Amino acid sequence: MRLFVSPGSPGSLPVLAAAGRARGRAELLISTVGPEECVVPFLARPKVPALQLDGGNYLFSTSAICRYFFLLSGWEQDDLTNQWLEWEATELQPVLSAALYYLVVQGKKGEDVLGPVRRALTHVDQSLSRQNSPFLTGETESLADIVLWGALYPLLQDPAYLPDELGALRSWFQTLSTQEPCQRAAETVLKQQGILALRPYLQKQPQPSPPEDKAVSNEPEEEELATLSEEEIAVAVTAWEKGLESLPPRRPQQNPVLPVAGERNVLITSALPYVNNVPHLGNIIGCVLSADVFARYSRLRQWNTLYLCGTDEYGTATETKAMEEGLTPQEICDKYHIIHADIYRWFNISFDIFGRTTTPQQTKITQDIFQRLLSRGFVLQDTVEQLRCERCARFLADRFVEGVCPFCGYEEARGDQCDKCGKLINAIELKKPQCKVCRSSPVVKSSQHLFLDLPKLEERLEEWLGKTLPGSDWTPNARFIIRSWLRDGLKPRCITRDLKWGTPVPLEGFEDKVFYVWFDATIGYLSITANYTDQWERWWKNPEQVDLYQFMAKDNVPFHGLVFPCSALGAEDNYTLVKHLIATEYLNYEDGKFSKSRGVGVFGDMAQDTGIPADIWRFYLLYIRPEGQDSAFSWTDMLLKNNSELLNNLGNFINRAGMFVSKFFGGCVPEMVLTSDDRRLLAHVTLELQHYHQLLEKARIRDALRSILTISRHGNQYIQVNEPWKRIKGDEADRQRAGTVTGMAVNVAALLSVMLQPYMPTVSASIQAQLQLPPPACSVLPTNFLCTLPAGHQIGTVSPLFQKLENDQIESLRQRFGGGQAKASPKPAAEETRKTAGPQEIQTLLEEVTKQGNLVRELKAQKADKNQVAAEVTKLLDLKKQLALAEGKPLETPKGKKKK
Amino acid sequence: MAAAAELTLLEKSLGLSKGNKYSAQGERQIPVLQTNNGPSLTGLTTIATHLVKQANKEYLLGSTAEEKAIVQQWLEYRVTRVDGQSTKEDLRTLLKDLNSYLEDKVYLTGHNFTLADILLYYGLHRFINDLIAWETLHRLPPASLKPHTHHRLPAIACPEPADHCALPSWVLALLCSLAL
Repeated sequence: MRLFVSPGSPGSLPVLAAAGRARGRAELLISTVGPEECVVPFLARPKVPALQLDGGNYLFSTSAICRYFFLLSGWEQDDLTNQWLEWEATELQPVLSAALYYLVVQGKKGEDVLGPVRRALTHVDQSLSRQNSPFLTGETESLADIVLWGALYPLLQDPAYLPDELGALRSWFQTLSTQEPCQRAAETVLKQQGILALRPYLQKQPQPSPPEDKAVSNEPEEEELATLSEEEIAVAVTAWEKGLESLPPRRPQQNPVLPVAGERNVLITSALPYVNNVPHLGNIIGCVLSADVFARYSRLRQWNTLYLCGTDEYGTATETKAMEEGLTPQEICDKYHIIHADIYRWFNISFDIFGRTTTPQQTKITQDIFQRLLSRGFVLQDTVEQLRCERCARFLADRFVEGVCPFCGYEEARGDQCDKCGKLINAIELKKPQCKVCRSSPVVKSSQHLFLDLPKLEERLEEWLGKTLPGSDWTPNARFIIRSWLRDGLKPRCITRDLKWGTPVPLEGFEDKVFYVWFDATIGYLSITANYTDQWERWWKNPEQVDLYQFMAKDNVPFHGLVFPCSALGAEDNYTLVKHLIATEYLNYEDGKFSKSRGVGVFGDMAQDTGIPADIWRFYLLYIRPEGQDSAFSWTDMLLKNNSELLNNLGNFINRAGMFVSKFFGGCVPEMVLTSDDRRLLAHVTLELQHYHQLLEKARIRDALRSILTISRHGNQYIQVNEPWKRIKGDEADRQRAGTVTGMAVNVAALLSVMLQPYMPTVSASIQAQLQLPPPACSVLPTNFLCTLPAGHQIGTVSPLFQKLENDQIESLRQRFGGGQAKASPKPAAEETRKTAGPQEIQTLLEEVTKQGNLVRELKAQKADKNQVAAEVTKLLDLKKQLALAEGKPLETPKGKKKK
Repeated sequence: MAAAAELTLLEKSLGLSKGNKYSAQGERQIPVLQTNNGPSLTGLTTIATHLVKQANKEYLLGSTAEEKAIVQQWLEYRVTRVDGQSTKEDLRTLLKDLNSYLEDKVYLTGHNFTLADILLYYGLHRFINDLIAWETLHRLPPASLKPHTHHRLPAIACPEPADHCALPSWVLALLCSLAL
C-alpha cells in the first residue's frame, strides 16, 4: 500500500500519527506529490493524503485512512468513535479550515482566527471535562483522539490559540502532543517551521466558504428546559420558604467608600474618555455602561464597591481643539468635561466619582512614579528628529504636517501615511512639508526624549501575568493582545512630548516637555481617587485586599494590561494592579462605523433628544454588547427588541402578574399552596438566577441579560398554562389555584425587578414601587429565589412599564442620524432591494414570529411529540429568516466591513 | 428528506420493528437518538451504523478492514460532500466523480451491498428528483450495465426514468437490493 502526501497538507498529521501509533511506519511506502497533483484517479480535484490499497482501491478521506490503520491493528469500531469522527468531518473541519486559511494564507490574527473555532473547541473541552476521562473515548488514547489531535494541532500548537479557560482541552492536547507518534508526525509535517509550513499547500487551495456565523445572531435561542432532580427542587423550595428573613443585613453606606479588611473590596474603573469628543454609543457601551452594570451588580451582592471614571484631558488634540474654538485648553476641558458628565448622568451611570486628569494630584502622582522609575534605572534618554514649526513655536505631531509624498509624489500626503499610495511615511521624509495650522514650512530639529525601558521590565511583567491570569476573568481578546505583544518582544517606549498641555516632566533639560498621555492617562485613575479621598492609597497600594476590575474597548488593552503594570512594577511601591481586564470588541452603526465628521451615528448628547428613555437605550446597548465579537447598532433591531423582548415578554409578564393581584385579590398577595408544578417553576427560576450570577461574576454582561428574559418567558408560559383569569371564576379549589399562580407570578416579578436593576435602574425602581417591594429586598440580590412578597402583602398601583416603538418614529430617527449609509456603501443596489419591505409587512411577520414562538413554547411545555415540535421549530426559523430579509438584515455577517 | 424520516426509513429496510424517536439539534437539524442504555447518539451516519448493529446486520458495515474503512469513507462523503454541496458546479463534479468511481463496480465496496450504498442513495435522491440534476445524469456516459439488475423497481418513491439505460448500474443495482 502506498500513501500519497503533499508538503504542508494538514491531513498528513493525523494520518502519519495514526500510522505510527497503529502499525509502525516501516511497511508504508510514502510518496510526496505536489499540491495540485490528482492522485486518486476517479476524483476530478486533487486530494491528499490518499492511500492506495493493495487491491487497487483508494482511500481519500483522512479519517478513513486513520481508521483503516487502526482496524489493521485489531481495533474494533464503536459508536462513540463514530460520533467523534462524524462531528470532526461535519462540524469541526468547516470552521477549522476557514480558521487555518485566515491565519496562514490571509495573515489574520486573534479573534478573526479564534472566533470561528471557539464553539468547536469549547465542545471538545466540555465533553472531556464532563466525562471525566483523559481521552475522548475512554482511559486510553484511540482513533478519535488521533484524528482530532491531528486536525487541531496546526492551530493549537501556538499557545495563543489555546484559550486558558479551556483547561480540559489544554491538558488533553498537551498529553497527546508529547506522545511519540504524534511528536514524530508533527516534526515531519511542520518541519520546525510552525504553522507557516502549511502555507505552500493551503495557498493552492480554494478559500473555504465562511462558516455560518450563528453567534452573531441577536435572536434568543429556543431554550430547552433543564431536567431537575428532586433534590434540587427541595433545596429551592426550602430557600423560598425562608423568605425575607434570610436576607443578609444591609451594609451601611459609607462616605468615602474605603476598603474593609475581611470583605470583598471591588474597585471598578472604566476607560477615561478623551475630553474633546462627545462619546458615541460605541464608546458608551465599551466602557462606562459595561462598568456601570458590573458596579451595580457588585453593590447588589453587598460587595464593598468603588466605581470611578473621569475625562482624559491632556494632549495635542485638546490644544488643537482649543485653537479651533478660540479658547484656552483649560476652557475647552472645562466645557467638555461638563458635556461628558451630563451625558453619563442622563444614562444613569452610577459613578462614585467622575473626575478629570488635569489636577495637581495627577502631577504629584505621575511625577512620583516617574522619579521612582528614573532612580531605579528604568528610564532611557534618546534623540528624536522631528518637524518644528517656528512660526507656531512648536513641534508638529504627524497629523499636523502635510507635504509631497516621497514615494509617489502625491501633493497632500499626511505626516504618517500617503492617502494615494498608502505607504507609511516618516514625517521628516515628506518633501515640501507644511504646517497644517499656519502653512509655513517646518524645519527638522532634533529633540531629547525619555523612554520607558520596557524590555528591562518584561521579566517582572511576565511573572506578574503568570500569577494573575490563571483563574482570572480577563476576556479572551485581552489575553490575546497581551500575549502577542509579548511574543513580538517589548521595545522602549517614548514617554515625553514637545507640548505645553500636559503633566510637566520634573527633570532638568525637559522643562518644555510634558508626559505623553499614554504614560500618564492611566495614572488618572489614581489621581481621581486621590481627589475623592486623601486615603486613596488604601485602594491603590493594597493589592492583597482589593480586586481591581478595569473595563475598556480592546484598543485600550496594551495601556492597561502592559504599560501601566510595567510602570507600576518598576516603581516598586506595592501598587494595586488589574485583576480582571474586561475588554469589548467594537460596536458598529447600522452597516458602517460611527463618524462624527460625516454625521453618522448616535452620539451621547443626541440620544436624549430621541424621546426614547435612557433605560431603553441601556437595554438595547447591553443586549448587543460586543462581547466576544463586533456587533452593530440597528434601528430596526432596536424597535424589534423593544417591542418583542421588553413589551411582549418582560413588560407583559410583570404587568399581568401585578394586575392579577390588583384585580382579583384587591391588591393583596394571596395565599400560595405549592403544587409540584409550582415547585418545579421555582426550581427553574432558581437555576436561571444562579446562571445569571455565574455570568455576571465573570462580567459576561450580555449573556446574563438573557437570563432575565428567560425567566420572564418561563413566567409568561406559567401564567398561560394555568389561566388564573379563568380559575378565579371557578370553585373553591380553582380559586385557590388562581391565588397560588398569581402569588408565584408576582414574586417572580419582584425577583426580576432586582435582577434588572444593573441593566435598567429606572424601570427596576418603578416595578419595585408598583409592587411596594420591601426596601431590604430591593438592595440585595441573594443567590436563591426567595418569597419576598408573602401572602397579605399589599402592592401599589400597577401601570404599564414600556411603550411600543412605532415604525415611522424609528424610520425618521434613522433618517436623522444617517442610517442611510447603505446608499454610500459600495453595493447600494443589493442593500436597497433588501430594504424595500414595508413597515406593515415587517409588523405582520413580527406578529407571526411571536405567535409561532408561543406555539413552540406551548408544545414544549406540554411535552409534545418531538417530531411535531421539530416541525414547528423549522417553521419558526423560516419565519425568522423571512423577517430578517424583510428588515434588510444581512443573513450572514458582511465580510470586510468589520472595524479592526 | 429530513434526517429523522431517513432514519425511520432505514429502520424499516433493516427490519427493525420498534421505531425510535429522533430529535433534531441546531440549525442543520442534526438527528439525535436517545438510547435506553447510555448516552444519546448524535449524527446521521453514527446513528445509522448503530441501527445496523442493532439489527444484527453487521455485514452491511463491511467484512474486511478494507471494506469497513471504505464504508465509513463513503458515509462521511455522504454527510460532507453530498449534503454540503451548494452549487450546480459542485453537484456536477460530485456526480462525475461518483460515476467514474462506479465504472468498474457494482456497489461502493465493489461487490457487496452496504450501508454506504443506502445512505448515498438516500442522499442523492433529492437531486435525482431535481430536473437539472437529472439532465446532468443523462449526459454522463452510461456505465457498464449488469443485465440482471434490469427489473423490479423498489417501493421507494423514485422518478420515472425515461430511459433506464442512462442510469448508472449502481443505482439500478441498489434499487433492486432495496426492493428485495
